[in-house]
Amino acid sequence: MNIAFQLFATFFKIGAFTLGGGYAMLSMVEKAVVDQKKWIPSDEFWDMMAIVQSLPGVFAVNTALYVGHKIAGRKGAAAAMLGAIIPSIVIILLLATIFSEYRNLPVVERIFKGIRPCVVALILSPSIRMIKSAKVNWKTAIIPIATVFLIWWCKVSPTIVIIAAIAGSLIYALIMERKVKQSVNEEGKP
Amino acid sequence: MIYLQLLWVFVKIGVLGFGGGYAMLSLIEHEVVDNYGWMTTTDFADMVAISQMTPGPISINMATYVGYTTGGFFGSLLASFAICLPSLVMVYLIIRLFMEKKTSSLLGNLLKGLKPAIAGLIFAAGLSMMNTQNFVEIGKGENNISIVICVLAFVTSYFFKANPILLLVLSGVVGYFVY
Repeated sequence: MNIAFQLFATFFKIGAFTLGGGYAMLSMVEKAVVDQKKWIPSDEFWDMMAIVQSLPGVFAVNTALYVGHKIAGRKGAAAAMLGAIIPSIVIILLLATIFSEYRNLPVVERIFKGIRPCVVALILSPSIRMIKSAKVNWKTAIIPIATVFLIWWCKVSPTIVIIAAIAGSLIYALIMERKVKQSVNEEGKP
Repeated sequence: MIYLQLLWVFVKIGVLGFGGGYAMLSLIEHEVVDNYGWMTTTDFADMVAISQMTPGPISINMATYVGYTTGGFFGSLLASFAICLPSLVMVYLIIRLFMEKKTSSLLGNLLKGLKPAIAGLIFAAGLSMMNTQNFVEIGKGENNISIVICVLAFVTSYFFKANPILLLVLSGVVGYFVY
């Protein structure tokens, strides 16, 4: 079977059956790409994922593009990406059409009145978990607090806030790089 | 015109969307609800629920949904591809220029520095959705069932890692019987 088509089929299956977003998908990709098809060795796969995870954009799409390109070049990248997104597009198109038809029914409205507060909770919960995983201490706590204050209270555009945060983090990352280099140099000296 | 706006909005989100689906969600909320007024805050909450409950990447689901409600079938395709466009360029550049090793640690540190801000961004999106449209009883002096649902969902999700889809379904069932 054509390798581009195999890539398409693999990512199509993953896109069509993985619930719960990008990170749930990762283990399915590993299973398919590393264990079953043996396209990429395990250590190389995890090296790749380290880069893909820190890129902006849709995680599943970045993974598909990277894996696809590694295995079959541009054609492979295109095939894998389409495989990853087509199930989403088809399913959401169907659901959005149906939902716009029935959303004004009292039953549907009642159900969604219950669902909306839950959606808010499901957005707040990962943000707090993220603060914990980022190991925010009393000094760095100013960053999330300032972000919330600027966006929620001062109505500053999140786009501007995130651009400023990227600039700040880039400076931080460059300083960290230099520190690592310096310590390597010092260790190298007799 | 609407197509150009969709293209611009979702390319921007593809470039700035560090840190996964929820980070993108907060950017999408601002553009779609506040900036362009394509959706009300309840429409947005409904869309997030539907995108959560269906398979596939949440951000692609949301892009398709926003695109469909604003620009029909073509709009949905456009928005979904627009959000992928920056990824196409970035991944291609990284592979082409053999930047894997060098960019890996730099990007890792960049994301580490960004994480507290992204967390704040997501929290702000959640806060801005805590309004009288999504919490129907606020300020009406009735029993505050929506607050109860929100608190219970938060506690079970945060402390017990309850399945989000299960929580959404249960909340829907509660809503059906209560309202």
